Amino acid sequence: MGAVNLSNIVKRFGTFLAVDRTSLTIPEGSFTTLLGPSGCGKTTTLRMIAGLLDPTEGEIIINDRRVNDVPIHKRNLGLVFQNYALFPHKTVAENVAFGLRYRNVARAEITRRVAEALELVQLPHLGNRYPKALSGGQQQRIALARAIVIEPDVLLLDEPLSALDANLREDMRVELKNIQARIGVTTVFVTHDQSEALAMSDQIVVMSDGRVEQVGAPEEVYNTPASEFVARFLGASNILDGRCLSCGAKQAVLEVPVFGKVTVPAAKAPHLKGKGAAKLVIRAEKLLLRDSPPEDGAFSAPAIVETVDYQGQSVRYFVRAGDIQLQAINMIDERPFSAGAQVHMTLRPQDCAALPG
Amino acid sequence: MSVEAREKRQPWILLSPALGAVALLLLIPLVFIVVYSFWLRSAVGPDTVGFHLDNWQRALTDPFYRYILLNTLKIAAITTFFCALLGYPAAYFITRSSGNKLILLLLLMLPFWISYIIRTMSWINILGSSGALNTALMSMGVISSPIQMLYNEATVILGLVHFLLPFMVLNIYVSLDGIDTNLEDAATSLGATRWQAFLQVTLPLSLPGLAAGGLLCFVLGAGTYITPLILGGPRDAMFANLVFEAIITQLNWPMGSALSLLLLIVLGALVAVYNRFLGMSQLTKGLG
Repeated sequence: MGAVNLSNIVKRFGTFLAVDRTSLTIPEGSFTTLLGPSGCGKTTTLRMIAGLLDPTEGEIIINDRRVNDVPIHKRNLGLVFQNYALFPHKTVAENVAFGLRYRNVARAEITRRVAEALELVQLPHLGNRYPKALSGGQQQRIALARAIVIEPDVLLLDEPLSALDANLREDMRVELKNIQARIGVTTVFVTHDQSEALAMSDQIVVMSDGRVEQVGAPEEVYNTPASEFVARFLGASNILDGRCLSCGAKQAVLEVPVFGKVTVPAAKAPHLKGKGAAKLVIRAEKLLLRDSPPEDGAFSAPAIVETVDYQGQSVRYFVRAGDIQLQAINMIDERPFSAGAQVHMTLRPQDCAALPG
Repeated sequence: MSVEAREKRQPWILLSPALGAVALLLLIPLVFIVVYSFWLRSAVGPDTVGFHLDNWQRALTDPFYRYILLNTLKIAAITTFFCALLGYPAAYFITRSSGNKLILLLLLMLPFWISYIIRTMSWINILGSSGALNTALMSMGVISSPIQMLYNEATVILGLVHFLLPFMVLNIYVSLDGIDTNLEDAATSLGATRWQAFLQVTLPLSLPGLAAGGLLCFVLGAGTYITPLILGGPRDAMFANLVFEAIITQLNWPMGSALSLLLLIVLGALVAVYNRFLGMSQLTKGLG
């Protein structure tokens, strides 16, 4: 049993099915991310755990207690919003102390714990300021301090970094992860940003159309996508439709256009059931372009460069082989290939993943 | 002409018709009234021109005028209180209703499409001796003869609340609508009940709207003369009725001018106090 268990959760808004029979276990002390495009049901799921929404069907269990009928103010959860939601008429210290005042904590103890929480988010001197005098990053830290000072059973973060500038966002994500690791609180983080999810999570739950597509560690979800949706949503992928010729305990052999027969290790094809239609997933950064065919006999196919998208340390190429377009993201230290160049694409079959067709 | 000079002139060109209208229709008549208030009415012939303080002295010392002024302020205060009491829940409900906000706001504005006098008169059909309420009570056998419900201070306040409630609701609505709903959610997640979250977060943040609506109701209520005329008894005159009486009935323009300026000064002082503590911007927000 994890800290949070959802079993067969359904949420309907009128006729719209926002969450479709979802079951999920969030392990104690883990940093679990609900990842998906907008409208996938991730925020609805978070709001049901928080108690801001009631599930239409199913059970929500937090620390072995069924909480479906427990109102939000009795769930002991820390909640952080995208827009910070600090009380504008209260000082920073009053904001952080807010939850403690409903918990029969003595006055001196409140002062001590507020100071401690502000110390934790590295803003110990701002207690007497009002939220509007703080920057976005500072406000989000105060919101975090306010949520963790009550020592919640679960910390719920609803896209907390989305409103910040790009640079600040990357700093905050490292810091947020550090704070979470230090206090060890079970955390559910909602985001549509795959790099945030990959960088911060112990466990990623990829959602689409109200359903869970895949649950796994970041590298598992990235390297071995369970569905075409996951392969396309995380990173840039080429997906080739083909057939599975044989599927054994150690490896699966696929026949696909452009590359012909490709042998994929069984570990990279866990969802492949047997012969028949199958898809080969090739990550764009695993597809390397060279100007001559490899001499070591590595897997290779000729192609023509169509579009060059230069990004400094890397280049994104769109190349054409026959009537199929593929993309390749390559690190470069010299000049990139130019459009129209004849190239050879190489890849290692063990870097590919296979999906049922 | 340089570009800067032209750009500086442009707003004034656009404003000039409005400024002209304000000067012609408001400022100049006001100056006339100030001048009038120092003249004296003669029993026969034209008013005595000059600088006489008699009207002002009477307006400030006559116990009858003072009583009516205090009574007017009292009625306006009670009206404002009831508008706030009834208006706040309504505004809160409109703010939190998901889809049909616009329809609810339209319904709120609907009474303005009917003349204020008709709206006030409608109470006679409800509360009069042969009105709806008395007829209903008599047909049910609760009472045998009609009860006199009209023409007292309570019906004046009722009429004023009816008239002013939309102003209060709109002002509170504007204030509540600007409050992030996540704030209440955040408060409840921290352990506050819905009611505690409202008292701690939403209510204090909506006070500017409540104050703006209150000021508007108070000033409009204190300046009214139609409502006490239609729904009040002989002893329920408000200050504006005195002005009406002096100017229209007694044809004592100088006295009427002094009285109307007195009311303007009292209400103006109130607005100044409000502006000092809350600022005028909140008021314009609520009117828009």
